Amino acid sequence: MVVLVVLVGGWYYVTYGVLTETRRFLLRPVHKVIEVGFLDGGNRTDALEALWSSTRVAFIGLVIAICIGFSLAILMSQAKFFERAIFPYVVVVQAMPILAIVPLIVFWFGTGQQARVIVCVIISLFPLVANTLHGLQSAEQGMHDLFTLHHASRSVRLRKLMFPAALPFIFTGLRISAGLSVIGAIVGDFFFARGDIGIGQLLRRHANQLNGEELLAAVILSSGLGVTVFLVFGVIRDRAVGRWHEATSGRS
Amino acid sequence: MYRGKSLPTDPVETHSGSLAFEAIGMTFPDGTEALREISFSLGKSEFVTVVGPSGCGKSTLLRIASGLLEPTAGSVDIDRERLGYVFQDATLLPWRTVQGNVELFAELHGIPPDERRLLARETIDLVGLQGFEGHYPKSLSGGMRMRCSLARSLTLKPPVFLFDEPFGAVDEITREHLNDETQQLFQQEGFAGLFITHSISEAVFMSTRVLVMSARPGLIVAEFEVPFDYPRPPELRFDPAFAELCGQVSHELRGYHS
Ligand SMILES: Nc1ncnc2c1ncn2[C@@H]1O[C@H](COP(=O)(O)OP(=O)(O)OP(=O)(O)O)[C@@H](O)[C@H]1O
Ligand SMILES: [Mg+2]
Repeated sequence: MVVLVVLVGGWYYVTYGVLTETRRFLLRPVHKVIEVGFLDGGNRTDALEALWSSTRVAFIGLVIAICIGFSLAILMSQAKFFERAIFPYVVVVQAMPILAIVPLIVFWFGTGQQARVIVCVIISLFPLVANTLHGLQSAEQGMHDLFTLHHASRSVRLRKLMFPAALPFIFTGLRISAGLSVIGAIVGDFFFARGDIGIGQLLRRHANQLNGEELLAAVILSSGLGVTVFLVFGVIRDRAVGRWHEATSGRS
Repeated sequence: MYRGKSLPTDPVETHSGSLAFEAIGMTFPDGTEALREISFSLGKSEFVTVVGPSGCGKSTLLRIASGLLEPTAGSVDIDRERLGYVFQDATLLPWRTVQGNVELFAELHGIPPDERRLLARETIDLVGLQGFEGHYPKSLSGGMRMRCSLARSLTLKPPVFLFDEPFGAVDEITREHLNDETQQLFQQEGFAGLFITHSISEAVFMSTRVLVMSARPGLIVAEFEVPFDYPRPPELRFDPAFAELCGQVSHELRGYHS
């Protein structure tokens, strides 16, 4: 809260203290940004529509990434052979700069919603796979021994031991991936610049038209979305594992 | 040889409740000879404790008895159906409450929910954890976790019960309480117990027999019969005969401590 006041104060200082009258268009004052960006009817409708479009894309991308990520991690947790065979490719996908594959995606999938979702999946896959796999492998040997002693099948071991042990890691991965998926949705939208208008196109349009207030409002909107997603997944994690997990309990 | 399944019908009539090691040897792939020529057996109403220096192969012996590890020589004669086995640490599943943890083995053995809830209730009472059913392991003390681990194995009504230094990590007073309770459980439940420890007084207090093991390779070097009647009162610890026996075990152990 204090930090927020300092930030807003600093912002005003730069606007009125540092910038001269003629250069003030570079950083508009806070109240103007809010007034024009969020309170103006037309801009607000635009912004909300863009927000909805980007959220939807990010969400679909995340769900797909979760499905793929879980399947891969479960497969790799079952045998070292699969881990050695698959994991390097996951690393490769993660290491590819998203800018490098955007043209490829346009080439293969066009510039519609599908293409944007693919960007989200690619960008958010790695933390899901890596964290889930690490989590599945995190149960202590002693616990595995218990299940061995009592003749637990593979699927029982997976459901009652490895999966619950992985939950804290999975939620950590989800939190990171959800944030990345939002970035993916905005970046994809920004580059493809076609179809449903999302936050990316909004940013581009306002930047091109030098609409200072609207541009800043869109920036705030996009980081707001990222932060919201981060917080929401934090709450979900605490709900799910906070009661028993040592490290997450007692934090909000 | 593994004797295969025996039906959990009447433990008194069947072979269950005894364990025999026949010339067990264990050499790990890296060349460490952990055990050599271990042979002893315990009968239905015996509680045998093995004491020995750290690293002499005690845990290895229990892992072999339980079937988690195959010995490189010799054989074990044991009924592993419903085997009781508690580890050095409690190994509770942190995401399950006390109730859920105690039900785990019964669950893995396919016992229906109502029945296992009842079994868990019973053994939770037996180890004195009433009122903590809804607690997660992170909010339990070390002694309580161990009690929970004991209760979990007791739900199976094990004919043979292996204990791998279960009370090594709790304080002295708690340990004595747990010793009193374990000894009572041994009486009530009538399992054959094989107990591992570093503590000589713990060994003498609970056991019908104490075996002393040497290190590298692990060998049984001495054997003591403990003559005291059950149930053993806590005051037995102040009995001169008790102290004398502890002294003898200690002397024997010292001779092989390297
Ligand atoms: N998987 C393994 N590979 C190689 N050596 C092993 C392995 N497991 C145990 N050992 C060795 O076998 C010996 C006996 O180990 P074990 O754990 O049975 O000892 P312990 O008597 O239970 O010791 P402690 O009292 O410290 O628990 C040790 O020297 C140990 O280093
Ligand atoms: Mg040990």
